[in-house]
Amino acid sequence: MSKYRTAYVNARLVDPASGLDAPGGLLAEDGKIADFGAKLFADGTPGDAEVVDCGGHVLAPGLIDMRVQLRDPGQEHMEDIESAGHAAGAGGVTTIVCLPNTDPVIDNVAVLEFVARRAREVKLAKIHCYAAITRGFAGRELTEMGLLGEAGAVAFTDGEVTVADAKTLQRALSYASTFGHLIAQHPEEPSLAADGQMNSGEIASRLGLAGIPPVAEVIMIERDLRLVEKTGGRYHAAHISTAASVDAIRQAKRRGLDVTCDTAPHYFALNEIAVGDYRTFAKVRPPLRDEADRESVVEGLKDGTIDAIASDHSPYDQDSKRLPFAQAAFGIIGLETLLPLTLELYHNKHLSLLQALGLLTARPAARLGLTAGRLAKGAPADLVLIDTERPWKIDEIEFRSKSKNSPFDGRPVQGHALRTVVDGRTIFGAGRATEKATEKATGKEPGKETGKRTGKGKGKS
Amino acid sequence: MSTRADSSLRFPHRHLLGIEGLSADAITMVLDLADSYVEQSRKPDKKLSLLRGRTVINLFFESSTRTRTSFELAGKRLGADVINMSVSTSSIKKGETLIDTAMTLNAMHTDVLVVRHSDSGAVKLLSEKVNCAVMNAGDGSHEHPTQALLDALTIRRRKGRLQGLTVAICGDVLHSRVARSNILLLHAMGARVRVIGPPTLLPSAIDRFGVEVFHDMRAGLKDCDIVMMLRLQTERMQGRFVPSLREYFHFFGLDREKLSFAREDALVMHPGPMNRGVEIDSELADDIDRSVIREQVEMGVAVRMACLDLLTRDLIGNAP
Repeated sequence: MSKYRTAYVNARLVDPASGLDAPGGLLAEDGKIADFGAKLFADGTPGDAEVVDCGGHVLAPGLIDMRVQLRDPGQEHMEDIESAGHAAGAGGVTTIVCLPNTDPVIDNVAVLEFVARRAREVKLAKIHCYAAITRGFAGRELTEMGLLGEAGAVAFTDGEVTVADAKTLQRALSYASTFGHLIAQHPEEPSLAADGQMNSGEIASRLGLAGIPPVAEVIMIERDLRLVEKTGGRYHAAHISTAASVDAIRQAKRRGLDVTCDTAPHYFALNEIAVGDYRTFAKVRPPLRDEADRESVVEGLKDGTIDAIASDHSPYDQDSKRLPFAQAAFGIIGLETLLPLTLELYHNKHLSLLQALGLLTARPAARLGLTAGRLAKGAPADLVLIDTERPWKIDEIEFRSKSKNSPFDGRPVQGHALRTVVDGRTIFGAGRATEKATEKATGKEPGKETGKRTGKGKGKS
Repeated sequence: MSTRADSSLRFPHRHLLGIEGLSADAITMVLDLADSYVEQSRKPDKKLSLLRGRTVINLFFESSTRTRTSFELAGKRLGADVINMSVSTSSIKKGETLIDTAMTLNAMHTDVLVVRHSDSGAVKLLSEKVNCAVMNAGDGSHEHPTQALLDALTIRRRKGRLQGLTVAICGDVLHSRVARSNILLLHAMGARVRVIGPPTLLPSAIDRFGVEVFHDMRAGLKDCDIVMMLRLQTERMQGRFVPSLREYFHFFGLDREKLSFAREDALVMHPGPMNRGVEIDSELADDIDRSVIREQVEMGVAVRMACLDLLTRDLIGNAP
């Protein structure tokens, strides 16, 4: 039986898991990494293999985005598994970890299996799911964590809802530890955050908007850490945004607790000033914080306190955002901007390339127990070819996502995915992306002639 | 056709969305023009025809009798056709109502939309969707520019100036658009501003507004020229922000004893409607020697006439 092989030649192999950063080639065979290394194709490529010339660009494990809202099932007009898959591909993401806040919510095996089946049919980025901690996110009864885990749930979270009741969280941590499952929390004390629209402080006060104080986050994290200590559970604080939170996690790690956290690009690439004159595209939860908090998030990424960068992809249509600020939805899309915004930290010399990519690959993979996220013989051939240098401008018209709610529209960035490969199949970059790269190199306006991407309305507020 | 008070004046903004962004010159322009409309409004024949043929719509998403009437009179005294629309915010999904209603009214060749809305920023959002002039008649806790302008006119007519005066703004600053607009305006005109209230009724980072902050009325009122009281919404009195009415009035309500710490000729102001016996002693509110509350109402019409006049000077017919 003939094997399907692809030879990636002339690459710069970068694998954060092993620290490899060297020129070489990689051979993918039937969806797995068969071999890779400097001398791999010294005697030529196998005759039956498709050859991809990497042009000296970075070939790394495909990105793992550990916090994505799919909207499918339930709100497919904002995003669906296919559009998210294409957005992921364009962003270099090969694995999406979906929050359970679909409609219906992923709090039972049937919905989990529905999403998994749809993902298999669509065959774009891989999709793993979190399952809910409590039924219907109501914060009272635990879901069938054991069965959901067997059915493929990689971790448990109530999504954008905080498990606020201390007893419930304690039980969840304790029960989940039966199976070694991870509990991920949206850390925000609800009574302090209630009615809040943006970060508390001078800007909120001037705009006349109710604030969400930074302490709302660390209060919940510190409480949770006590419960982790008591139960011996595994805990992950999602999208942390404040200096105090970074510090709390840093101390907890020193104390040896099984604790991790992630942040999203907007928490290190923007601060509350982005809200400007009621820009609802910058309305997000937790809110964009002040400059000192932003700097602390960068510090947390540098010293390893923060374990992953996740896009926190939250698609919303125009009708959810073109509203008075207080009525607009919280959320920012991010699948297609995750890589370039993370690379800013590399270009600004805050992180090495291995560190930056590690936050997007090996480290979230390790925390979630995924086999992807590294270059290893026998590992899935989930790869991304990255031009780390090319400058370009984020343009919402180009987004594959059905929703356009990004505050980064127009931002100049550097670096992007050239090709994205899932289980050896190229899901992005075989045709159009390379064409586009050529267009850009020849100075032609990119994307303007592709009638398909008309950018359904500029929902700016 | 009557002639404009000073036909060469040009207001450098298309809309009046807030005091923020207005220069001292622009504010002075409004106040000077408003002075002439005070005289006009005191004549038996109050009506001009400057805005004849213009359509002004008062679009109120939040109930208000006083402000709406003031705008209505202002428009009518200038000869405009004025229509009042009250849109219930509870009946329909709010945002759709806002944008859809704005587009609809715009299509009817409205010249000026006067808008009040319960959400901060809503009036600005609306102004981006229409090509008529938009006046903010109060948006959430954000701004209420004509109130600040009428307060400034009242003060200027009584004190002859704004520069160098010390003004205390007292009470529920947290929820008050009047306070925000007044702080901006008074600073632009060179006055010193103090805010006085319990911390639960002051916005976070209020010290960054360039004001002096007091939690004690007597200390805060000391040597003030102007005492501006703010309305305390009933729903905020019962335990969430302050424990009780009785306690609030005891510590933060303005009475003669507390007022005695201000300058002898200090004026008492209130944007209305007053809660007598909550934020202000009833008798003091009616004392014509100290209280200029009724005068504020009169100045309101004049200031709104001035604003309508200025915003329509260069307005070519609205062709959507």
